Amino acid sequence: MTVLDTRPVQPGSSSAAALVRRIATARETGILIALLLVIVAATVANPSFLFSGDGFRDLLLTPSLLLLVAIGSAIVIITRNVDLSVGSIVGLTAYLTGRMFIDIPGIPLIGVFIGGVLLGGFLGLINGALVAFARVPALVITLGTLYIYRGINVAWAGGNRINASDLPKDFRALGTDRILGIPILTIIAAVVLIAAAWYLRNLRSGRELYAIGSDPAAAHLYGLRVTRRVIGAFVVSGALAGLAGVLYAARYGTVSSAAGFGWELQAIGAAVIGGVAISGGVGTVWGAAIGAFLLLTINRALPILGIDDFWQRAVVGALIIGSIVLDRVLAVRQHRRLIAQREVDR
Amino acid sequence: MTAATASSNGRVAPARVYKLHARPAWRRFLLTREAAIIALLILVIAIASVTVRNFDSPLTVTYLLRDVAPILLIALPMTLIIITEEIDLSVASIVGLSSVTTGILTNAGWPFVAAALTAIFVGVLCGVVNGFLVTVVGLPSLAVTIGTLALFRGIAVGLLGTTAITDFPEFWTDIAKANIPGTPIPVIMIPFAILAIIFAVLLHFTPFGRSLYAIGLNKEAAQFSGIDVGRTKFILFVLSGAVSGFAGVYFTLLYSNARGDNAMGMELQVIAAVLLGGVSIFGGRGALHGVIAGVLLIGTLGSALRLAGVTSDIINVITGVLLILSVVSASFLAWLQARRSAAVGKKKGRAGTSPDGS
Repeated sequence: MTVLDTRPVQPGSSSAAALVRRIATARETGILIALLLVIVAATVANPSFLFSGDGFRDLLLTPSLLLLVAIGSAIVIITRNVDLSVGSIVGLTAYLTGRMFIDIPGIPLIGVFIGGVLLGGFLGLINGALVAFARVPALVITLGTLYIYRGINVAWAGGNRINASDLPKDFRALGTDRILGIPILTIIAAVVLIAAAWYLRNLRSGRELYAIGSDPAAAHLYGLRVTRRVIGAFVVSGALAGLAGVLYAARYGTVSSAAGFGWELQAIGAAVIGGVAISGGVGTVWGAAIGAFLLLTINRALPILGIDDFWQRAVVGALIIGSIVLDRVLAVRQHRRLIAQREVDR
Repeated sequence: MTAATASSNGRVAPARVYKLHARPAWRRFLLTREAAIIALLILVIAIASVTVRNFDSPLTVTYLLRDVAPILLIALPMTLIIITEEIDLSVASIVGLSSVTTGILTNAGWPFVAAALTAIFVGVLCGVVNGFLVTVVGLPSLAVTIGTLALFRGIAVGLLGTTAITDFPEFWTDIAKANIPGTPIPVIMIPFAILAIIFAVLLHFTPFGRSLYAIGLNKEAAQFSGIDVGRTKFILFVLSGAVSGFAGVYFTLLYSNARGDNAMGMELQVIAAVLLGGVSIFGGRGALHGVIAGVLLIGTLGSALRLAGVTSDIINVITGVLLILSVVSASFLAWLQARRSAAVGKKKGRAGTSPDGS
């Protein structure tokens, strides 16, 4: 540090230039550019993709639910864990939402939201407690709860499904209405995203999540409350999946027992594409959110670009692999650069 | 443990106490995870054949073994992979891709054997992709195989769309559905038995197999002791791809159906069964007989409950509970043992002298 201080002020070290450099080199920027390219390409092929009222609404609306789940997944992955049960939690809370409207006539909307988030948080608490206290890998525990939660959902729902006619009109309106042209669902997702990003960046407990993910043993020795933080991450992930479940019911109206099936891998995929390292300690929820946006926008853009939409899953897979390879290459380059820097500094 | 407590009491500790040999032989063989799973399997079979009607009929056995055969097959290489502390989530997608390949090539007029061999070769290629990304590029296998899970499945779905190919040579579909003459055991169990023996010998009786445990316990130490970690893992992923490809061909023949979404979600069933069978997700622990018992346990439970009229969703719940119990019980027992030996140690310390415990 002292060496640096004695150097003359170099051009490009002002705070504005530093900000520009940081944005230009941020991992999220690449994904954002990819997302913009996809949107531009689809819009050129068919202008109604962006410039019609419905097109613009769908562009924002479609990724909103996955975005919520992906934020939760990113937080869990940052602590070097993984939550495979989020898809099942979405399904269970979506069904609970419908049941609440059917079984408790006249229930206020806020009650339904609280109910869904509480159930999701509770299911997340089960995951977190099992992972943290039994010291068992999260992969195994959440694989188990993936089955259990889905099984409970199917047993509860049986062949029934929630239909749009079971839900009150003002609740359904939440799924489609807009404020200033922006869908309400997207606003909710954006508020959650900003809150989560601020928490992870600025609060002590948020930074501790990164420390735990980088090296759990060192974090423990340093005196961080690893158990509590890990449980907290799982509760947040579950609660966000619960919120997504409630909104799922509002958005789609019909809820069968297969709601949210396979979302866990999509959410993890979104986080990984957005630069959240599966080995923990690296990444932001911004990246995960852009990743979720990119995943679902590609799904909608492919048919417009003339690619059979059966191929969308292959594109998603190629994207995931491409982004982790990219991360690896960047990490190796930075490693080399840091070594070179050390030689220079000596 | 014994050595540590003994020496802390100031007594002369034996030069080396192998943990495994600290207990009598019958304990070492019977009080293991594998033995517990096998006992549970026998218990389930015994209870089900007494209480569930038709459970002991030959038809049940046939259908049970037919349905679990793909999981049994894939569980073999998956065990080896998890023992080296890696994971392969893409196996079910490889099954789907192999199934689609078989279907398309047969439909295009290829002789079935050539189509099947090509499908297995496609499986090998998928394994090569996984292995390359994990060992050469150096990426975590969880992330890689989540990616290839989507990629391979996407290619399978992309190739066939929503169409299904259902036209296969009768000779081969009959073989896939046939039983070994005179028994209710389906023919697929013969290649499975051969593969199981090969994998068991490979894992338990060859230097290659033993090196897998070394890698799983400590990769760096294994590397320093002369094991080519990268090559070993690469071979495992290729094996996994090949066996999954074979399972895909069998799957196609069994249901006379090649679709892009065949065997969806089977990767989680396979991993659940392997972990239930006593393989540690941290690597370095596990045995094939436990895994086979684990697969059969889940299959038998499912089949018995279905015959008893329980719906399939409860079976999912039971699978999940079993999986969690199997891992939580292991760490609970370890915690209990640690507490017990700590308590014994304390008591010894207070008493000053004590006879040799445990």
